Formats: sequence, C-alpha cells, structure tokens
Amino acid sequence: MRLLPYGLVSWLVEVDTTAEATSLYDYLHALRPTGAAALITDLIPGARTVLLELDRPGLSRVEVAALLDRWHPGTPSGRTAADVVEIPVRYDGPDLAEVARLRDVSEAAIVEAHTGSEFQVAFCGFVPGFAYISGLPPLLHLPRLEHPRTAVPAGSVALAGGFTGVYPRRSPGGWRLLGHTDTLFWNADREPPTLLAPGSRVRFTAV
Amino acid sequence: MTDVVITRPGLLTTVQDLGRHGWARLAVPRSGAADQPSLRLANRLVGNDENRAGLEATLLGVDVRFTGDRWIAVTGAPSPVFVGDRPAAQYAPVFVGAGSVLRVGAATSGARVYIGVAGGVDVAPVLGSRSTDIMSGLGPDPLQAGSALPLGPPQRGPAAVDVAPAPAIPAHATIRLLPGPRDDWFATSPYGLAYMVTGESNRVGVRLDGPVLQRTRLDELPSEAMTAGSVQVPPSGQPVVLLADYPTTGGYPVAGVVHPDDFWLVAQARPGMRLTFAPARRPLR
Repeated sequence: MRLLPYGLVSWLVEVDTTAEATSLYDYLHALRPTGAAALITDLIPGARTVLLELDRPGLSRVEVAALLDRWHPGTPSGRTAADVVEIPVRYDGPDLAEVARLRDVSEAAIVEAHTGSEFQVAFCGFVPGFAYISGLPPLLHLPRLEHPRTAVPAGSVALAGGFTGVYPRRSPGGWRLLGHTDTLFWNADREPPTLLAPGSRVRFTAV
Repeated sequence: MTDVVITRPGLLTTVQDLGRHGWARLAVPRSGAADQPSLRLANRLVGNDENRAGLEATLLGVDVRFTGDRWIAVTGAPSPVFVGDRPAAQYAPVFVGAGSVLRVGAATSGARVYIGVAGGVDVAPVLGSRSTDIMSGLGPDPLQAGSALPLGPPQRGPAAVDVAPAPAIPAHATIRLLPGPRDDWFATSPYGLAYMVTGESNRVGVRLDGPVLQRTRLDELPSEAMTAGSVQVPPSGQPVVLLADYPTTGGYPVAGVVHPDDFWLVAQARPGMRLTFAPARRPLR
C-alpha cells in the first residue's frame, strides 16, 4: 500500500488490485461518520486507488496511516446478499455476436458468463450514474472498440477493459454493447441519486 | 415575481453557485463558479449569502433585462458595464430599475465575469446546487436569448461600500503547484515551465500549449480520482488543468495540483494568457 499526497490536503491511497481498492473504500466509508475520518469530504475510489479528499488541513501522513492500520484486504464489507442489485437485461446488443466470435464461444456462453456470478461496483465516473462494475470472468475481458460510437443508447449494457457497465443516458462510447436494460441508474430527485455506488453488489439476469 | 431575462447570451453564460459538494464518488464533480472568490464578492456586494446563485459569462459578456427593480454587482474579469446606455461601476452594487437592460461587454482581461443579483437566481437545485455542469448536464442548460430565470426575495440591502478592489489578472501569471500523486511518472518537472492557454479551454479544463512533459513510465494508468485543479497530462505531454466541471475519474497521470488560492486565476485564464508553474510550499504534516 502506498500513500501519495494529492494537492494541499488530500491523500491518494494506492493498493494492488481493484478488489482491494473496493474493500478499502468500503472500510473507510464505514469509518466516515466518526473520528478523524469525519474530516474526509469525499471518498473517491479508482481502479487501484482511493482518494481521501479534504477541504482543509487535518489529516497528516501519520493520521492517514493510523486510519488505514486496521484495514487488510480481507476486511469484510458488511454488505449482505440482501444488498445485491439485480439488473434484468435483454441480451440483444449489436456487439454480442462479435464478442462471442472474438472469444470463439457461443453467444449463450457470453450471456452465461455475464449473468453467472455476482459482480461489484469498483468506482464511478464518465457521467453521473455510470458505474465501473468489476469481477468479470476472464472470458469477458476485452479491450474497447477501436472506433467508438458517437451515440450509444441509454440503458445499453456494455463491457470493456475488464469492467462492465450500463450507459445511464445517450452518450458517445467505446464499450462493447451486449444488451439493454430498462433499469434507471440516475435520478437527481432521489437520495442518493444513483442506483449503484462504489461497493454495490450487482447481478445481471437475462430476460 | 421578478425575473432576469437573457437578451444576449454571449459565448457561454450559465447559472453558478458554489457547487455540489461530496458527490464525486458518484461521478458528480463540484461544478459551481469557476472563480469562486468573484462570485462570493458579487453576492456580498448585493447583500446575499455567498453561496447564492448568480450568472457566469465567458469572454464576451452578456446582456440581461430585469422585470423588477434589483441591486446587482458585476465582478470577475474586468469588463465594461452599462445599465441601458449609462456606464456603471464594476465591483460595486448597482441599482437596475424594472425593465432596464444590464449590459456587460467583452472582458478586457481574464475570462469569466460574474453577475450577483440580490436574492440570487432561484432555479430548482440539483443535489444541493443550482450550478450548470456542462460536463454532466446537471443544473439549468446554458442560457440562450430569451431564457428567463426567477429571482429569490432579496435578503438584505447592498453592502455599504463604494467599490471593492478589482482582481489583478496579469497577462503572464505564476501558478503555484503542489505535487501530484504521479509526479514520479515524469522526467521533467512542470516547475519553471511557461505555457500558453489555448482556445480549446472550457469549464472542464484549461488546455495548455508549451514544453512537453516527458513521461518516464509509458504503461497505462488505471483510472483514478481527479480533482478541480489537477494538472492532468495526456499522451501529447501538453498539460490540462482541470476546472470546475472536471471528470471525477481519469486515466491520465496527474503531475501536480494547483494551490487552492491560485485556482481562481486559472479559471480567469483566457486563450493566449501565459502561465508559469512554481512550487507551492506545503504545510508541514
């Protein structure tokens, strides 16, 4: 684990894997209401990192190290099976056939791999409501499209770079489209406004 | 009820307050006024709390009409101000009568001008802020000719000052940088290097043109958190200083972070302005 200064008062914690970053995020998120962690104004995970954003001086390197001291990669998140968000998907995406061809398996095998296990949101980004969902089997690790689309429809279920995700609204995009869902991922009038947040457990189901 | 009606939107005019805080983990950036001290000043001058929503116009100014009497204040980039055909003061409370047009001309230096209005712009907040985020599409759309915005009831009278000091926006500014999390990915330090602000700049980021920041590591950076003020370096080696509507995560290494006290000056950097980075002193911690 590395502790990197980020600007005047914030800290970036770097770990070895995405699963570790998610675990660390969950751990720090649970600590936030109390003690030194209450100084954190936002906690922003990445693929291998968690940013402890502050808006004033308050956490020294020693104090951040003390916060992290009791975390280890196997720390349980406290999330239960009841927290799993189910996302029903119609697997009719324009790239499903190409993904199956690249992997030399049937389309059904791709759908099975995408629905066969539970995944977890590693971090959010791109646009509000978009979650980078990790934990995909190696069969589904594919690079982005060489030529991104100028418009991807809202609700498109896609994958690239070891992550899967759903476009919350129509936008340009370079991920491979497996299908679509009617599930709403962003509602600014709801608190929190997103269906998925870092650490959320996710299972896709075929409909 | 009194409205402010846009009669000439200029290049880009948006509603801004002090932004959305604490939502970056859900991909919602801070947004809000790019130059926050200027919006705070505009609000104080008209007797508002500092976080009331005002208007942020870009480079070419904006013209607006008020349907009722209001105290207003124009701050930020130095710009000619008129009420009707009559010249009016900048950095001072100005009374605008019902039906009068406030005209803010092109900025003579700097990039962003702020109009504070007694009572503030009272559009519906999204996640606690009325700000337009051009990256995420949150908040009101960028304003067009004919856009009408409701104003809240004035909180108190204008400030008892004649004119507040104008910000000094030099043609060649020194910007203090703190170390970025990935400064060890670069062969060259940005300190002492002079860059030109390009016309590709907007509220998402100020794009710079100048010496290439050579990388020592060519592997791909796994996406990580960005902040307002992060100096992100894409493969071209030409840095981009992320502004208010920044992407919350990104895959380009961050070579430095602008000192919070100098962020407003980057927000006022217009195309052609030169920026030189200097090391900021970090408090002992």
